[in-house]
Amino acid sequence: MRPFDYSRPAEASAAVAAVAGDPGAAYIGGGTNLVDRMKLGITRPTALVDVREVLSDRIEDLPDGWIRVGGAVPNSDLAAHPEVRRRFPVLSQALLAGASGQLRNAATTGGNLLQRTRCVYFQNRAMPCNKREPGTGCSAVGGYGRYNAVLGASEHCVATHPSDMAVAMTALGARVHVLGPAGERTVDMPGLHRLPGAEPERDTVLEHGDLITAVDLPHLPLALRSAYRKVRDRASYAFALVSVAAALDVVDGTVVDARVAFGGLAHAPWRAHRAEEVLRGGPTTEEAFREAGRAELAGADTGPGNAFKVPMAVNTLALVLRELTAEEAR
Amino acid sequence: MTETTSQPRAMGRPLARLEGADKVTGRAPYAYEHALEDPLYLHPVLSTFARGRVTGVDASEAEALEGVRAVLTPGNAERLADTEDREFAVLQSDEVAFHGQFVAAVVADTPETARQAAGLVRVDYERSQHDVVLTVDHEGLYRPESEGGPASDTEQGEVEEALERAEFLVDHTYSTPTEHNNPMEPHTTVALWEEEAGRLTLYDSTQGVHVVRASVAAVFGLELEQVRVVAPHVGGGFGSKGEAHAHDVLAAMAARALPGRPVKFALTRQQMFCLVGYRTPTIQRVRLGADREGRLGVLVHDSVEQTSTVKEFPEQSAMCSRWMYAAPHRRTTHRMAALDVPVNFWMRAPGEAPGMYALEAAMDELAQACGLDPVELRVRNEPETDPQSGNPWSDRQLVRCLREGAERFGWYGRDPAPGARREGDWLVGTGVASASYPHLFNPGSVAHVRYGDDGRYEVGIGAVDIGTGSWTALTQIAADALGCSADGVRLRIGDTALPEASVAGGSSGTSSWGTAIVTAARAFRAEHGDSPAPGASARASAAQDTVDEGYAVYSFGAHFAEVRVHSYTGEIRVPRMFGMFSVGRVVNPRTVRSQFLGGMVMGMSMALHEESFRDPRYGHIANGDFAEYHVPTNADVGDLRVDWLEGEDLRATPMGSRGVGEIGIVGTAAAVANAVHHATGVRVRDLPVTPDKVLR
Repeated sequence: MRPFDYSRPAEASAAVAAVAGDPGAAYIGGGTNLVDRMKLGITRPTALVDVREVLSDRIEDLPDGWIRVGGAVPNSDLAAHPEVRRRFPVLSQALLAGASGQLRNAATTGGNLLQRTRCVYFQNRAMPCNKREPGTGCSAVGGYGRYNAVLGASEHCVATHPSDMAVAMTALGARVHVLGPAGERTVDMPGLHRLPGAEPERDTVLEHGDLITAVDLPHLPLALRSAYRKVRDRASYAFALVSVAAALDVVDGTVVDARVAFGGLAHAPWRAHRAEEVLRGGPTTEEAFREAGRAELAGADTGPGNAFKVPMAVNTLALVLRELTAEEAR
Repeated sequence: MTETTSQPRAMGRPLARLEGADKVTGRAPYAYEHALEDPLYLHPVLSTFARGRVTGVDASEAEALEGVRAVLTPGNAERLADTEDREFAVLQSDEVAFHGQFVAAVVADTPETARQAAGLVRVDYERSQHDVVLTVDHEGLYRPESEGGPASDTEQGEVEEALERAEFLVDHTYSTPTEHNNPMEPHTTVALWEEEAGRLTLYDSTQGVHVVRASVAAVFGLELEQVRVVAPHVGGGFGSKGEAHAHDVLAAMAARALPGRPVKFALTRQQMFCLVGYRTPTIQRVRLGADREGRLGVLVHDSVEQTSTVKEFPEQSAMCSRWMYAAPHRRTTHRMAALDVPVNFWMRAPGEAPGMYALEAAMDELAQACGLDPVELRVRNEPETDPQSGNPWSDRQLVRCLREGAERFGWYGRDPAPGARREGDWLVGTGVASASYPHLFNPGSVAHVRYGDDGRYEVGIGAVDIGTGSWTALTQIAADALGCSADGVRLRIGDTALPEASVAGGSSGTSSWGTAIVTAARAFRAEHGDSPAPGASARASAAQDTVDEGYAVYSFGAHFAEVRVHSYTGEIRVPRMFGMFSVGRVVNPRTVRSQFLGGMVMGMSMALHEESFRDPRYGHIANGDFAEYHVPTNADVGDLRVDWLEGEDLRATPMGSRGVGEIGIVGTAAAVANAVHHATGVRVRDLPVTPDKVLR
């Protein structure tokens, strides 16, 4: 850890100017991941720009039936919001599956999306890591592999994205509002987080200085019947081995529409388009659900430490969809 | 030792922790928290490879930082007087023997500056090939010397013939991974060297102030009287604080380089995975041969373990197989390989915890092979006398623990078929395992008793309360020994200014210190009668081992666990556990219950969670923090219950008590793993039992 400047601008534009103009600067929200990384010496900002004052911490209805979540809304508040719980059970459940009560009280919506992998080699300065120091190599390949990616990884990086919330938002198709040096723009999920390719140091499509100001949740009736299931090594306070966010619209025993995303499998929350395709128009049988999961995982690249993720993901998807359709039947 | 205390009045009562209010209000100082003037802070630099040499240390950038007071390196560190114990040879040479070894340290005005400066110290290395992976056929395996301790190998009867004759034979290999103790309070030493007085004071997080004093005095060539070690409150140790480690030496060394200012050094959680001991991985082959009735004819337990090239520590995992069950033919062996890894050391029930996992899992497999109920199998193999010595048992209550435990848990009527019970998506099973721990007594503890002007007895002994309740239990023991109320005793512990006391380890603390207190109280009464004058005092030692040598003195218990395994995800839950123990007299039911529960949670953790993954390429523990090294959360701990058989064992101690610190973890992992098998039909022989291993 080294000394750093700290500022708390009054306007979002001032915060963006402060970070954009200083390559060593970083935004800080709840600090629940950034401060850890600073202590570990793997992120070494020279200036922190606190954005909790300039970002909204409110959850508002938009005229078109969407919901706007301010960038500084704490994870706890988002999980507990009555409309979020009613319209997006998958999101509320995902938030509550993450971290601990204390961390959720501090962690912000924008910060949660931008938290970095907990890959044990990324977090250890003594180890080669392309994400931390491009070009040094990936020591997770051939090492402690339990949390490594099985989808979309590259020879340069096998890290997984740690967020639960982002998996639900990826399934829902949330829209992220970004304020950058050139003004405002939006980025749709999936699409915010990227796969590692040859640039694993870049987690998202955002550029230095970009600030997430809000996340819009869509008008999406099928999300009324949605769920998040996280499988982990203990009952609480662990990152996902595999997680599933899913929503189903079923009419007369046939899947009309489906949204599926996986966590724990890839460098980004993994929207399962192939699984959705297989599900659409198909029956609500467990075998059909498994078939969808197998289709999505067909391209999985596994090692001895993480081969279990393939059957675990297929099983968990089948479990979640079965429970959603059991509800449908009631 | 047949003389009992007068009818106990304080012992046996659930007295609340005397220091509890101070702890929850933050007034009980732990090592780092002692209010000392003008402290400095130390942050170490650790090696980032497992074997080789430091060829150069460039501290110029670190030294240039404002607030840095000293950078200690192998080049400038004090030459130590005695480094026969090579764990203490801190910064004495350029040799690196494991990943995470101290290679330099920064002392600065603030912890932040020390940490920053440590990151600026540039260390050049010359790496050598390292060897950090234990295998069952490692070419470096050797039989450890026993040197006065129990023999490494034992053999009785005709083992090979008996194996051939057995009607049922179970022959499997079980493994346990490297595990780290991880007490909540990190290892901490605050050191102050007063140059003129020639006095070194350590505020240390330790299980034995006198133990640390002896080590540190020897290392620095000081007289015992020159060193004082203080530890009024300690936040857990689980064995890892049972002796001084390299950090004590480093802190003292820094203090001696900067006389007059206290140097504070608390290890980070990550550093605790390198420097303060751990449980060796074990590879254990267990062979059980039984007749048609399930009676053991032969028991063979071979354990392979690792130790460090720096210092040898043998974990005697097969020891438990020498006394648990009757078998005319028996062999136990231990083999070790010295690797380029940190020094392994005590972790709660060293030997028994991994050993009883293997033995009790094998017993479960034998029960299944013989078609016997696992409780009944154990009952049938109850030895009348100690199979090792032939001595009668002092108080062997295994069968009662098994039977009463089974009754209380609701064991009977259990369908023995594996993988046959389902509640929704959850597969349900139950498992049992025996528990046992030897009664250990460390001679040499001394206590003093002084009658104060305020009408209270001051009882002093240099013991340590590591969070187990010693402040309270020793007060109760003293009260009964003196025939006064607990309020009438003012206990003093946790300081080498108080009389010699042995380590809080091996479940021996209360036994050893309590015996000294009882001895001193009797001496006091003999000298001063029942109406002493204020200022009257006496001092006595429990110098002799008071344990009756004609008897085999052990504690016993039985664990029962219910396990649920999710048939889709492999998630494993333990909704309930029951532990039934026999430990002689229970001095304080409240704190003893806590000890049992804590041991059982740690055993469940061993079964399902704990695994330090040592990366063979770099030699470090890859998952060395609390995000990835899992222990149970509250949500993992279900309905845990314990009870014990009322009793007293005056052959063990004059209090009638035996130790309770370790038995709770012994056998627990087997009970859980056996229940996982019963639930799923999947036998996992390599701990921990994680979802991926039971997923179908």
